[in-house]
Order: sequence, then structure tokens, then C-alpha cells
Amino acid sequence: MKKIFYFSIFALLLISTGCKKDSSFLDIPPIQVIPDEVAFSDPALVLSILGDLYNRQLDFSSLDNGWSSFADFSESFPSDNGSYNIVKRTGWGYGEWGINWFGSYQYIRDLNLFIARDSASTQLSTEDKSRFLAEGRFLRANFYFELVKRMGGVPLILQSLVYDLKGDPTYLQTPRAKESDIYDFIISEAEAIKNDLPSDPNEKSRATKGAALAMESRAALYAGSIAKYGATTPQVSLSGGEVGIPSAKADDYYKIALRASEEIINGNAGGYKLYQVLPNLADNFAALFLDKSSVNQESIFIEDFKANGGKTHAFTTNDQPYSNSDEGDDAGRLNPSLNLVESFEKLDNTYAPLPTKDASGNPIYYSNQQEIFAGRDARLSGTVLLPGDYFKSGQVDIWGGYVLADKSVFTSDNARNTKPLPGTNTPVQVVGSDGPVNGLQYRTQTGFYIRKYLDPTVGSGRRGRGSDVAFIRYRYGEILLNAAEAAFELGDHVKAATYMNQVRARAGLVIPLTPDEVTFDRVVHERRVELAFEGHLLYDYKRWRIAHIVWDGVPTTLSDLLTNIGKAKKRSTQPWGLWPYKYYNPGDPNNGKWLFREVLPAQVTGANLFQLGNYYSSIGDDVRAANPKIVRQPNQ
Amino acid sequence: MKIFSYVLLLTFITCLFSCKKDNYAPPASQLSGALMYKGDSIGVEYDRVPFQLYQYGFGKVGAIDGTFDQNGSYHALLFDGEYKFIIPGGQGPFLWKQTASGDPDSLSITMKGNQNLNIEVMPYYMIRNAKISASGTNVTATFKIDQIITGPDAKDIENVTVFINNTQFVSGTNNIGKASLNGSEITDPDNVSLTVAVPSMTPAQNYVFARVGLKISGVEDLLFSPLQKIPL
Repeated sequence: MKKIFYFSIFALLLISTGCKKDSSFLDIPPIQVIPDEVAFSDPALVLSILGDLYNRQLDFSSLDNGWSSFADFSESFPSDNGSYNIVKRTGWGYGEWGINWFGSYQYIRDLNLFIARDSASTQLSTEDKSRFLAEGRFLRANFYFELVKRMGGVPLILQSLVYDLKGDPTYLQTPRAKESDIYDFIISEAEAIKNDLPSDPNEKSRATKGAALAMESRAALYAGSIAKYGATTPQVSLSGGEVGIPSAKADDYYKIALRASEEIINGNAGGYKLYQVLPNLADNFAALFLDKSSVNQESIFIEDFKANGGKTHAFTTNDQPYSNSDEGDDAGRLNPSLNLVESFEKLDNTYAPLPTKDASGNPIYYSNQQEIFAGRDARLSGTVLLPGDYFKSGQVDIWGGYVLADKSVFTSDNARNTKPLPGTNTPVQVVGSDGPVNGLQYRTQTGFYIRKYLDPTVGSGRRGRGSDVAFIRYRYGEILLNAAEAAFELGDHVKAATYMNQVRARAGLVIPLTPDEVTFDRVVHERRVELAFEGHLLYDYKRWRIAHIVWDGVPTTLSDLLTNIGKAKKRSTQPWGLWPYKYYNPGDPNNGKWLFREVLPAQVTGANLFQLGNYYSSIGDDVRAANPKIVRQPNQ
Repeated sequence: MKIFSYVLLLTFITCLFSCKKDNYAPPASQLSGALMYKGDSIGVEYDRVPFQLYQYGFGKVGAIDGTFDQNGSYHALLFDGEYKFIIPGGQGPFLWKQTASGDPDSLSITMKGNQNLNIEVMPYYMIRNAKISASGTNVTATFKIDQIITGPDAKDIENVTVFINNTQFVSGTNNIGKASLNGSEITDPDNVSLTVAVPSMTPAQNYVFARVGLKISGVEDLLFSPLQKIPL
């Protein structure tokens, strides 16, 4: 009886659910995937999609790429046992600075889908819709800019591609566009979207009119110089124009660069201006990279970070002075080289090496460590932490040891290992706790630490907290230099001098350059010192086609180092250092004073060699196997 | 004791599995040869001038890459089969045959056992009769420059340099001393002489290696004379 009861209940249940229609039973709206039409109905949801797309932008040097993306090119020395290959290698592989091809085109596909879906949405307000669309197009153009800088012309894909699964993918294979076509695309996109973006200098981490114009200014400048200076290296080109731009186009590009820059300078995109807040010019220059408040009207487009908010970076942890490290053995990796330090001018606009010896070859004695750096461009001490400088209230302790009366060096392999000085019995510290000692990692080995981006906030050097200093992708100072360079190339030296002098005056170089003094060397020099460690150097040297001259693979001798400072084509294949020493000679008037020696760190055994095949990074065999229409880079 | 027995067991198992034969025999046919122009070898910089070998029929189009040695020789260990040999565009101090579209033309090679194949190329110049000798602490090189390519493809000499080094790798990047003469300063190409002072070497040695390099304007790779060991 009981069995029959259960059986009938079961049959009843079976029938009652089995009656439902298939469609209503199987079609359940997914709860973990938001459909397009829902996602593109609410501005907050669109913004969260956009946030991911912003995060996937690519920078050459960037704070979340790790400190070593700032190293190399003899502008700095890597004080890290795992990274000495940077100064031991004799050149770069052809694949260096390449991209993850498939990942990049996945990103472009996502951008194309975003643009298509935003265009198709019906529920967003017109205002939101056009701003989102413009942001998507800005990100896509900016990403193509990053690709063209590294690879030259790449396939220009502006719609998401769909495979029909019929076994023949040839209709999806796109050949490389001309290099000039990619630059034209970036310029025309910037023009098309600039008025759909807000003109607000306080909007920094999202695209603005200023960001679009800044991108246009830089892209047109790059295209113009590739056209002009590409003529000096005719081997670096492909017959299809995938690499190389005809020199006849140079002037047009320079005109676009000047016009786009002047739109920002004239305030059409909002009131951008140079950061001039602190009275100490060096501190002011350092603060430009730290200040994210509305006081900073110089940064145009940044990659922002937030401490305790999930997005931080380890730049300060990796590069803080060892003696003042929050993390003990995690510090001091990025050491600017003397090559860079000596290129900062004196206040009378002349170049000179840092004086270490007098005319008769005897060492010059200084009463303090900072005296030798006095009277120079304020950007020097704004970019580089010099011996005797302060960071977070601690003074850096950089000195290589004692120099004795017979000019020999008395030192030890670590500041902890004390020794009695000759003629005494008490062991004392004989080398700085920040180094320099050859091969002793995490302390400087050139005599300098980096200051740019170094975060003075309490706890910024701890691994757990990290730093939230932003990375500035475009800033007003660069726009002025873009305008100056474009004007110079167009023959308008007066205008070039006007713009360049604004940037220089902010750095304390108040004697203006006359129009005749603005030369190619000056243009190259000014970008090198103003934009040091901002990811410009390689791309600049590539577009001017001087990379294979500056990095020619020949070791840099001391006389190479000390001569031709400020010349664009000066050899710089090895990072040199400047080591301070204390003079120990009791009874001598110079006892206890400082002297300096130029030193090539012992780890530097290679010399940078930039071959013609390095101008454009190689495209992998796997990519060319998948798409035979893609041609190889020249000289590889 | 227990650990010891585990180690023993592990060794036993490793031996057991490593006895298995590999699936493929390794490539065994050696292709070797040198860059030649009418029986004279052409010197280049070590590891700078690449060549590529392609073998069809394996799906991907990637090349087997290699570079020429200082004396222009090359080696590749290959499977038997059909290969195509090229020198990529813009490489080497010589002209490589091109197809109508400007791509490097290929050389067909059939591998069946070891093969010696010299690669015949057209250099822009040749350095002939390089005589390098030492007197005191100076090394002097005298040589003759022969222009091979004339007509529309001809290129000027940018400079000629004598390089010396304490090891046998001698080039623009590896040297302890050099002396050069710009192309425009060469008065008699049949009789060029260059002298370079030998700096002090640590550790001291009583010989140096030397050779003459010729930089052709608009060509990245230098052309070198044969390497010579010079007793001091």
C-alpha cells in the first residue's frame, strides 16, 4: 500500500514538471554573463568595461612593468644580480621591444567590439554614448601608435573578424598597412574624436580632448621625423612602405604636429600649464610626477594607481635608497649613469663634464659632496638622487671609500665590514652604506639613485603597501617640446626657441636660447633630460635614426664620456659612474674633503650595439606562418 | 638508511626508463662551407652575418638560422632532404642575388650525407695581400683594395681600419686598438698602409691578433681580411 502511494506521488511529480514547454525550461538567462544590450544600457556598466580596456594599454616604460623597463640604453645601471645581463650583453636581439602579437590583436578585437556595441546601443544617452565611443577610439588609436613605434606598419583591423569555420581563413588575412597609413589613422582618429571628449585638465586617467591632441602631436612628430631622417638610412625601409615614410611627407606631418600642440598650448583643450608650484625648482620638478591633485595642470593623461585599493606598483620598493629602505634587501636597483648626469647643462647654457681634476691632472677637493653638482639644471637633482641628497628625511650615504695620501683607495666590500684606517686601531666604516661597491646589489653602483617617481609617502617602499605614484603618459612639458621640434624642423626657429625656453625656464635655465642656438643637438638634448626615464629615449633615437650611431657597439672610453657632451650623436654604449671618495691624509689641508672619480662599474662588460635590424622589432615566424601576407622587417 | 633506499629505488627507476630509444635519430648530415669570391674567402664579423635555411613540408615557414664565422665559414647539422638557402636582405658586405620583387633569391641544396658547399657572392670590395707585421709596439698593415662591384650598384668606401685584439675575435666591437683612414683620404687604393700602437695588456702576452676591416658606406657589415697572429 505504502509502495503504491510513493509510486503515484513520484509519477505525479514527473508529470507536473514534464508539462513545461522546452523553450521555457531550457532558456534561462545567464547569471554570470551580462548580455550586450544590458551592459550597454547603463553608463556605470559601460565604464567598468572601459576600465578593463584602459588597463590593457601598453607603455614602453611603465611603473607596473617593473623597474627594469626603465633601465638599459646606458642611461642607468641595473644594481640587481639577476639583471646584469643588461650591461653584459653586446647588443639586442631583433625581437627585443616586440609585442605579444596575438594578445595585442585580441585587445584590438575587444576594442573593436566595444566600439561596435556602443554604437549599436539604444538606451544610453547621446552624450554618454558619444563620449564612450570617443574613448574607445582613442584607446584603439593610442594602441596602434604603440604598435607602429615598435613594428612599423601593422595590419589595420577596425572591425572584429569572424571566422566562418569553412576551413579557408585567407579572407581574414590582412597584409601590413603602410607605416604612414597607421600614422594617418592615428591623426585622423584624434581629429575625429577630440570634440566628443571633455576639455577638462582635472580629468587625467580618462581620455580628454587634451589627450587626443597630445597623441596627435606626438604621432605626427614621429611620422615627420621618420620621413625626414629615414632618408639617412635608406636600408631601413620596405618597398611596400610597411617600414619607412617618403621624405616628401615630412613637412606636412610637422605642420600637423605643430598645429595639434598649439591647440593645447593656446588653451583650446583646457587650461594646461607647466607645473610651477614649489619654490625649489628641483623639488618642483620631482613633485610634478608625484602630485595627482588638481594643482597639477601639467599631466594630461596618466595611468593612475591607488594604494590600499588594489592597484599599486613596486617602483619605490625596488628603487628606494638602501640605507633608508622600508624593505631591507629590496632597494636601489635603478642607478642613473654619469652619461645622463653630466649631460644636464650649467646655468649659463653650456655643457661641461663634472670637474674631478684640475688642469694639471690633480684631483679637485670639495668640502661637501654636493658642491660638484652646483650650478646645474634643476632637473638634475629633480631626476636623480645625488650623493648627500635626502629621501624621506634620511640622507643617502654614497661614497666609495677613503683615498689615501698615495692616491690608493682604502675600502671594504660592505659598509658593515669596518676596518681601522692606516695608523689607527679603531675600526670605522670605510664605504657608504648606499655603496658604491662593484657587484654589491641593491646599492648604487654608479654613485646615483633615481628620484623621478620615487614616492616619499610613509610606507610606499613596503612590498605589502606599494606605491601609487601615477605614470604620466602625456604631459604639457612634452607638448611644448613637440611644438618646439616641429617649429624647428619647419624652419621657424623663433617659435622653436620660445617654446623650448618655457620648459628650460621652469628648470632654472633662465638665460633664453636665441633662435640661432636652437639646433638639432639642442632638440635631442632637451628631450633627453626633460623626458628622462619616461619611456621616450628609444623611440626618439629610432625616429631620428641616430640609435645605430649612439649605440654603435664600441666600448665608451673615458674621453668619449667627457667630450662632445650635448651632441646628439655622442657615443653612449656603457653606463659610467661617478664615485665620491673621502680624502684621508691627516695633516694635509685637504684631509676629510671629497674627491670624485669616473668609474666604469665592473659589471659593465658589454657595449650596446644597435643594428639596423633593430629599428623595427621582428615579427615572429608563428605570426608569418599564420598569415603569409605579412612581410619580414628589413635587415633581419 | 631509509632515504638511501629511496635514492637507490629512484636511481633504478631512472635507469629503467632512460633505456628507451629516442623517437628520432638526431640530424647527422653536416653542411659546411665558406663565403667565397672566385676562390678567395671573405672575412666578416663574428656572429653578425646571418644565413637562413628553409625546409618545406613541415607546416610552419620558420627558418633554420645560423651565422657565419669570422673567416666566412658556416656549418649546419641537418636531416637529409631538400633545403633552400638564403642570406636575408641587407646582410653582409656583398650583394646577394635578388628576385624581381626584391626578396633574396634562394639557393637549392639537396642534403644526402655530409656536404661541402661554398657560397659564391659578389663583394663590393676585396682586401688583397694584407701584410700585417709588428715593429716594436706598433703594428703595421699594408694592403691593396680591389673594387669588385662597379657601375650602378657600386658603393664608396667609408673607411678602412686595422683592428688588433688580445683574443682571436677581432672586430669593431672587440678590439684593444685600431687605426683608420677615411675613404676620401685613400690616395692609392693599391697601396694602403695603417699603423696602430699596441697598448699594454693585462695579463701580458707577446702576440696580438690583427686584421683589416673595410666599411662600405650604406652597408652595415664590415668586410675583413684574413685573421693573422702577430708575434710582438
